Amino acid sequence: FSVERGTSLAARSLIAGALDQCSPLTLTSLTGVRHKSQGPSVEKCGQMRFITAEAKASAGRLEGKLREKTLTLDTLNPQVKAVEYAVRGPIVIKAGEIERYLEEGGTKPFSEVIKANIGDAHAMGQKPITFLRQVVALCTFPELMDSPSFPEDAKRRARRILQGCGGHSLGSYSASPGVECIRKDIAAYIEQRDEGVPSDWENVYLTTGASDGIMTILRLLVSGKDSSRTGVMIPIPQYPLYSAAISEMDAVQVNYYLDEDNCWALDINELHRSYQAAKQHCQPRVICIINPGNPTGQVQSKKCIEEVLHFAYEENLFVMSDEVYQDNVYAPDCQFHSFKKVLYEMGPEYFNSVELVSFHSTSKGYTGECGFRGGYMEVINMDPEVKAQMVKLLSVRLCPPLAGQAAMDVIVNPPQPEEHTFKQFHQEKSSVLGALAEKAKLTEKILNAVPGIKCNPVQGAMYAFPRIFIPPKAVEEAKALGMQPDMLYCLRLLEETGICVVPGSGFGQKDGTYHFRMTILPSIEKLKVLLGKVRDFHIGFLKEYSGLE
Amino acid sequence: CHAAIIKMDLKKKKKKKLYWAHIWMHGTPSICQLRLILYILHVCSVISRFTPEILRKGIHGDTMTENGCEYRERVLTMDTMNPNVKRVEYAVRGPIVQRAVQIERELKMGIKKPFTEVIRANIGDCHAMGQKPITFFRQVLALCSYPDLLEDGKFPEDAKSRARRILQACGGGSLGAYSTSQGIEMIRQDIARYIERRDGGITCDPDNIYLSTGASDAIVTMLKLLVSGEGMSRTGVMISIPQYPLYSATLAELGAVQISYYLDEDNCWSLDISELRRALQEAKKHCSPRALCIINPGNPTGQVQSRQCIEGVIRFAAAEKLFLMADEVYQDNVYADGCKFHSFKKVLFEMGLEYSEKVELASFHSTSKCYMGECGFRGGYMEVVNLDPEVKVQLTKLVSVRLCPPVPGQALLDVVVNPPQPDEPSYDTFIKERTDTLATLAEKANMTQEILNQVPGIKCNPVQGAMYTFPRIHLPPKAILEAKEKEQTPDMFYCMKLLEETGICLVPGSGFGQRDGTYHFRMTILPPKEKLKIVLAKIKEFHQHFMAQYS
Repeated sequence: FSVERGTSLAARSLIAGALDQCSPLTLTSLTGVRHKSQGPSVEKCGQMRFITAEAKASAGRLEGKLREKTLTLDTLNPQVKAVEYAVRGPIVIKAGEIERYLEEGGTKPFSEVIKANIGDAHAMGQKPITFLRQVVALCTFPELMDSPSFPEDAKRRARRILQGCGGHSLGSYSASPGVECIRKDIAAYIEQRDEGVPSDWENVYLTTGASDGIMTILRLLVSGKDSSRTGVMIPIPQYPLYSAAISEMDAVQVNYYLDEDNCWALDINELHRSYQAAKQHCQPRVICIINPGNPTGQVQSKKCIEEVLHFAYEENLFVMSDEVYQDNVYAPDCQFHSFKKVLYEMGPEYFNSVELVSFHSTSKGYTGECGFRGGYMEVINMDPEVKAQMVKLLSVRLCPPLAGQAAMDVIVNPPQPEEHTFKQFHQEKSSVLGALAEKAKLTEKILNAVPGIKCNPVQGAMYAFPRIFIPPKAVEEAKALGMQPDMLYCLRLLEETGICVVPGSGFGQKDGTYHFRMTILPSIEKLKVLLGKVRDFHIGFLKEYSGLE
Repeated sequence: CHAAIIKMDLKKKKKKKLYWAHIWMHGTPSICQLRLILYILHVCSVISRFTPEILRKGIHGDTMTENGCEYRERVLTMDTMNPNVKRVEYAVRGPIVQRAVQIERELKMGIKKPFTEVIRANIGDCHAMGQKPITFFRQVLALCSYPDLLEDGKFPEDAKSRARRILQACGGGSLGAYSTSQGIEMIRQDIARYIERRDGGITCDPDNIYLSTGASDAIVTMLKLLVSGEGMSRTGVMISIPQYPLYSATLAELGAVQISYYLDEDNCWSLDISELRRALQEAKKHCSPRALCIINPGNPTGQVQSRQCIEGVIRFAAAEKLFLMADEVYQDNVYADGCKFHSFKKVLFEMGLEYSEKVELASFHSTSKCYMGECGFRGGYMEVVNLDPEVKVQLTKLVSVRLCPPVPGQALLDVVVNPPQPDEPSYDTFIKERTDTLATLAEKANMTQEILNQVPGIKCNPVQGAMYTFPRIHLPPKAILEAKEKEQTPDMFYCMKLLEETGICLVPGSGFGQRDGTYHFRMTILPPKEKLKIVLAKIKEFHQHFMAQYS
């Protein structure tokens, strides 16, 4: 690997990065004729724009070629510009380019790009759960109900789902909160999961993946101006959906840092610190928790959850708990506790007052059905009037995809021990979860054996978020190129090994620390190769930049 | 330590509860009374866990004040909620539909009504109204969902080859993998070729195609990009009146300025360029108009725009530097003789380089309408033309936050744009199903218009396309007065009454917008022919009664 190549590659991504950073002013001066839509003299500019528009109206047709576009980077919604989403950011775009280059017969030091950037289980070879797919196929093409090759259990579920659909077809719209019988199944599932804590099906709303639900709730919560603008507390590191949504809605992001030295645990004192600091300039109104953690993989203890809920109760915060990895717990001494159950056990004072929304999805767990975009949220203690507003908001988008709703139904209503399909289902489920647990351990073990990499145990979820030591020389080089040091690291890893991971800066990290997120999803064999390559790369990287030959 | 504090807190509060219960019992309690108190407390806590929210709220509120605690305000209330959300209105699923759901429940509970079922003619939901899905589409989707079926001899080869092709383009060969955020590349290529065929060979670049979660998703995304500025420079978006309320709802939510241009009801709801000009000039006084939305064929109005009209719109957009958004989800739903669907893109490119190189256009399509009617799959796409490359990067980034549109919907869209060919085994069935569906719709469009126009006080334009009729109804002043007393718009009053008396669920015209002093309703033409006849007869009868009652 030559330094030259690294530089040119870096320069290219610098250009890409510059697009985001370029101020409208610079572009205006570049092109000369563009109109500013923001900046201090907004009013004046607005008037100017409309005067010129009028003046040009008559001449418009003649000046065809000179016509400026209506929608440019200058006139674009500034909040959209502010959005960042690293999981599918520049590094992934680069990976796509390399893939195409390889397909077209180009040569690289590797033969394929391994996308360890996103929790996309099936793309990494995980097999779908047979029963789930049988039910979806039956719902899609009900003629199959006569086919003897489908088990009765699956047919029964499919019939039930179809009965809940308008015209007995997956092709009809459902009610905006979702198909009623599926909502009821979900409520029953939650009650069972939480050992009897009551769940009202009317509090359950199906969504287009969990992301959609999270956006909807945040949208309701954002209001106010300046120091009364809604502040949203999110963990750092976080899943960048949160920061992206906050930017898009122009809310204030309030960071609380997870404790890396303590297995990424959430520290209640840090919550207090962050809350107090934020209060100076915004109104913190909501706290987001990801448990099990993404990208950090920690599983919260019951005590920790109690503290968070107590804190939310005391400070009057709306709680959003992202529990999409609830089935992905691997560490033997860890257990998933739902926020709702803990809240209930804290007594009616808490259970009847803390506003809580929890999210789940078909994309993770043992099913990994990301493409179906299924998900739900359960809303507790929401003001009934606000709830009506939320239903209205949901109804504008009509309904979540029915196939995803059907998949969700199977997850909450899986084969029971007395059913024929139980054995196969159970076997498939435990084999997926077993393999994930094994891979979680393997990843941690191998990474921790590399000098300059430190990886907390992957207690749950699907990712490792190791801390990497980047030598000062590399940090300097990255800065000279105008990029984050871990971005430089990940870009070079991609260029040299074909492994696509996401730099920690996309998730947020303490200043001066560097990380990357990688999924533990590749098959065990592939994962071993991958980790070996990461190790070799890291050692090479350290040598190169430390001058230690 | 904190856990301990929490526990202590709880204990303290329990003691307080006991104390208040004690006061309530007046005097020193005996053991027996104490037991009673404990029992009552137990019952209370059980009730508070299992009663519906409103009841629980009551009990809970009392405890709080009893405890001497400050009353804990909710974080999220109508006062603290995002004010833009409050302004959103979406009539197609508004109060009238909520009432319809209630009535359905009442019917189920055995409450007597003058009718036995609610007929939902409020929404273009074809399958719910009994339209059958196209067999070929569903076969391909079933094969994609459960690839073991590829070994099944009962599925035709052409369906299998389509399914195999789609699965090959999916990560890990599974519908369960995320696709790229813009949509599966192969499907985008198929869509591009389909658009080229539709538009007589005008080129289409797959990179300009973005798959979406139904057309609504893409429309919202596009509007999101366009909205900026403050005060006078705030983005204004021109929408037709009557319009599909997704537009007004989204503009309200984004805090953009809605600029209404009125369609000409006396002229079959056609679009008049001078009206566009009027609306624009007026709007320029208070906002910065930047986009023009067109729905063709029209929803709720059912008109199909002539080529000449589209040319006029494009010329107007070019002169006024407006971003064009063409909602063409009903492109296959054209029924009237002499009417033809012209895509905005085709017309744009046929107007010459002067226009085709500069007018920015996004056009939208979906799997939900036409002959497919597959609403539940939430499939859709948009094609962007002349979008600034830098903005395109931003668009791609924005859609990536939502990861990807549902993959089954993408697969469905692929089959829609790549249907069976004459030499393939499924061709005949496919053509028959498609023709039947469209022919039935055409017949129903005609029938609806004919029957409604026979009713004195109802005037209905021809349903040239789409799936709705939007007749004008004459409401007597007495009815208008009564509506005002009830704080309802007169057409809401009318539709509510219709629902209560006949079980027919329509959407009042006020939800779509209409000229002041005129009243309408939107009704779908989707119920099966026999049922539609009954629906129309009931409306006729209801209207006559209504007129008699209020004149």
